[in-house]
Amino acid sequence: MGRQLKQPFNEKKIFTERIIVSIIVVGVVFILLLSRYFYLQVIQHQKYTEQAEQNKIKLSRIDPTRGLIYDRNGKLLAENITTYRLLVTPEKVSDINQKLLEIRSIISISDEEIDKINEQLRYNPVFKPLTIKTKLSEQQVAEFAVQKHQFSGFEIEPYLNRKYLHPIEFSHLLGYVGKINQNEYEQQDQNIYSNDDYFGKTGIEKYYENQLHGTPGQLITEINAQGKQLSQKIQTPPINGTHLNLTIDVYLQKASYEAFGDETGAAIAVNPNNGEILAMVSKPGYDTNQFIYGISQSNYDELATSIEKPLFDRSIKGGYEPGSTIKPYIALAGLYHQLITPEYTMFSNGYYQLPKQKRRYHDWKQGGHGHVDLINSLAESVNVFFYDLAVKLGIDNIHTFLDPFNFGRVTGIDISGEKQGILPSRQWKKANRDMVWFPGETVITGIGQGYFVITPVQMAQALTILASKGQVNPLHLVQRNIPSKSLPFEIQTPHWEVVHQGMTSVINATNGTARSIKSNDYLIAGKSGTSQVYGKSEEDIYKKNDELPKHLRNHALFIAFAPVEEPEIAVVVVAEHGASGTKAAAPIAKKIIDSYMTSRTLKTEVSTAAIRPMDNQSLNQAETNDE
Amino acid sequence: MMNRRFFTYIPDPILMVLLLLLISFGLVVLYSAGGMVLVERQAFRIGLGLVALCIITQIRPERFEQFTPFIYVGSVMLLVAVFFFGISVKGAQRWLDLGISIQPSELCKISLPMMVAWLFRHTALPPNWKYLLGAAVVIGICTGLIYKQPDLGTSILVATSGLFVIFLAGISWRLILGSGIVAALAAPVLWHFLHEYQKQRILMFLNPEADPLNHGWNIIQSKIAIGSGGFWGKGWTDGSQTQLDFLPEHSTDFILSVLSEEFGFFGVLILFFLYFVIIMRCLFIALQAKNTYNRLVCGALTLIFFVYIIINAGMISGVLPVVGVPLPLISYGGTSVLTLLVSFGIITSVHSHKKLIQQ
Repeated sequence: MGRQLKQPFNEKKIFTERIIVSIIVVGVVFILLLSRYFYLQVIQHQKYTEQAEQNKIKLSRIDPTRGLIYDRNGKLLAENITTYRLLVTPEKVSDINQKLLEIRSIISISDEEIDKINEQLRYNPVFKPLTIKTKLSEQQVAEFAVQKHQFSGFEIEPYLNRKYLHPIEFSHLLGYVGKINQNEYEQQDQNIYSNDDYFGKTGIEKYYENQLHGTPGQLITEINAQGKQLSQKIQTPPINGTHLNLTIDVYLQKASYEAFGDETGAAIAVNPNNGEILAMVSKPGYDTNQFIYGISQSNYDELATSIEKPLFDRSIKGGYEPGSTIKPYIALAGLYHQLITPEYTMFSNGYYQLPKQKRRYHDWKQGGHGHVDLINSLAESVNVFFYDLAVKLGIDNIHTFLDPFNFGRVTGIDISGEKQGILPSRQWKKANRDMVWFPGETVITGIGQGYFVITPVQMAQALTILASKGQVNPLHLVQRNIPSKSLPFEIQTPHWEVVHQGMTSVINATNGTARSIKSNDYLIAGKSGTSQVYGKSEEDIYKKNDELPKHLRNHALFIAFAPVEEPEIAVVVVAEHGASGTKAAAPIAKKIIDSYMTSRTLKTEVSTAAIRPMDNQSLNQAETNDE
Repeated sequence: MMNRRFFTYIPDPILMVLLLLLISFGLVVLYSAGGMVLVERQAFRIGLGLVALCIITQIRPERFEQFTPFIYVGSVMLLVAVFFFGISVKGAQRWLDLGISIQPSELCKISLPMMVAWLFRHTALPPNWKYLLGAAVVIGICTGLIYKQPDLGTSILVATSGLFVIFLAGISWRLILGSGIVAALAAPVLWHFLHEYQKQRILMFLNPEADPLNHGWNIIQSKIAIGSGGFWGKGWTDGSQTQLDFLPEHSTDFILSVLSEEFGFFGVLILFFLYFVIIMRCLFIALQAKNTYNRLVCGALTLIFFVYIIINAGMISGVLPVVGVPLPLISYGGTSVLTLLVSFGIITSVHSHKKLIQQ
């Protein structure tokens, strides 16, 4: 069907008719509306004037009190303290500047602050109280009370403010609250939040914001026509925020932070039997209390630009290669796939080569470790053993096996900002590098190098599974019951045990790489690792770490759990640029475990049974090979 | 002299004077309602809007016509994007963050009537059933997406802007009456599809005194503000309802209550007169337009402007439900002012290019 022909004249006529109808409708509706306003404003004026004069009831909100945060033993970590602020209602003061000068005799107000107040006064509606000074001291409050009559229009108001009792050690874990910003405010229920509210910005404060905040109540204030207050009544009481009981032990948290000494890094201590995190630190921390009132620009810049990156939460955001700490997991994979047995031995001559390839993958020890079995390969951290095993496993098996241990996946821990990381695989490389997987990359995967980006919290989750022999207990920071899960595949108990023995030997056997942290009171199992720091020149790679500037030294890693027989604590330590896992990270882990073990009554008698008798034999071999 | 190449057309002076009077009146009221800081911010947005208006005036309406399908598809795509990337405010996803926050549903208030007018641009009017069906689809897509955000108020307004084009295109009165009856019959069915808070607003509108402390509070306070203003008003910045904070949201949706309280019925009369004259001027421009597309777009944009006024003024005086529509060009807020000044830019462009042969 063709288009109907247009008839311009006729159309103009129709349109004109419609416009005329519209004008009539618009006119009539305006007259109707005007009569509504005439009715309200002229005819019923008297009634509404009376109502306005009697309008006594005003609704306002009563802020809920923010929930407190306690550690696992009920020790207070974050509280609310009453502080005082000075307000002025501009329309009640004739000469504000004069009064401000006078008030300086009681409350110090700098010239800068006066300039800022004058700026704010331009924008502040005259009837609205303006805050001119926060954090008043008790003495200032008392002095002002005495001279109050001289300063009508000025008043002091108490309000609750957050305070952190251990700001440095808990800076990343608890996070901090600050004034809600426009974006945050718009995304919240405005029946619950006011645009003047405090809001969790990072850490636990952010993750549990909605529970901690509470629901405001409603206050009915009776006022007269001049705005004077007559009486107040609580219409609905506020529902205060929920208190949080963390799984953290405040003493262990502080001990963990202090264990670092001058080093920077992260440490996580967890109970492997239930996933409760006992301590989680990122060092250096910073004073979160100064963020509450709004930190000054210069202080903030100092924190933000510091080379030690205090604002960066290494425990959940720091990405590292696992290095040799991956070896126990690779060993388990080999046992599971029946590529090795606990008795299997191989010869380490100092390097590994792929068939028909020139490149040599070196052992850390020149000349190699000689004949080694699984336990000794862990104890001495024999690279060649794991190069070989990784190649036998293949990257696909390695990826499938490591994935349920939570490497390269967010753990879902209850704190905001966790990073995902990378567990290398063929698919990952194709998708992100658009390249096929090379066999050489499988070789170094065996010693935890290559594309790995693993966060300390992921290492802690994996270690929890390893220490508890396959129980998957999700890590968490606020006390609650989380059902234990299991791995998608079953690993036989002897396999767990042999890996535990290998890790025990790392510390307790005479050939163990971390024998310097051996404890006489209980058995610790562990594994050191080194996370490479990139950006070094070709020669620098072969330089000894202490010849390098600190920022180019490798990161030192250590994973450990104790007591070996029935693990109660599992610890992950990353000492940034610590160079050697055994030298820098292991002592920190030891201090944390010691601190935990001494604070509890020792239940377990020290037993050396976990070191296999045949250790002596393999030690002899190791010694022969050393020569 | 102004650079002729870039600024050939001066926007219709009559309309501009009226708009500036209205805007100034609005800023005076805003000062009383929210202080200088809001006035400065709003003045900045208005400035931006006026610049946009002047630039749009320079563009020939043929260009809008040509690009209408793209503008329409673009705004529909933005609406879809809201579902995936939108910012959620109070449980409704309406905003899209593209460096600046934008509300794609506002864009539809312009692009939808343009699209319906574009469909009708070459056909004989009144349009036959095929074209009406096309218009229904075009309106349905926009309205449906906005309703799903969920934003009932805006979806109804956007649908109305499209229906105005159909009305102006001259469909028979019998059809209009018929669909009116169908809509009335369908209303009880639609009730079931409303969200709880939407039902509550309508119920509260029917009987605000039933719950004076919560939902009815705003309307009661607003009526007291209006009524106590009397004929001459309580005087600028002297309205007790406003200044003692009895009146809610007094710089945005309830700014007309502030005006009524402080400037009285006399102020309302002046405001309505300004609005009325602006609407008359725009309808006059629509009558003079040179082709169907221009006529329909101008007419529809003007009528939807009128609808905003009625809904806001009706809402705050308690004759229409509270639907959260700002008072055009007076309420504090950026999106609404920008959308409106862009609409007026299209109208002034049609006015500047009304002759069939230009120069």
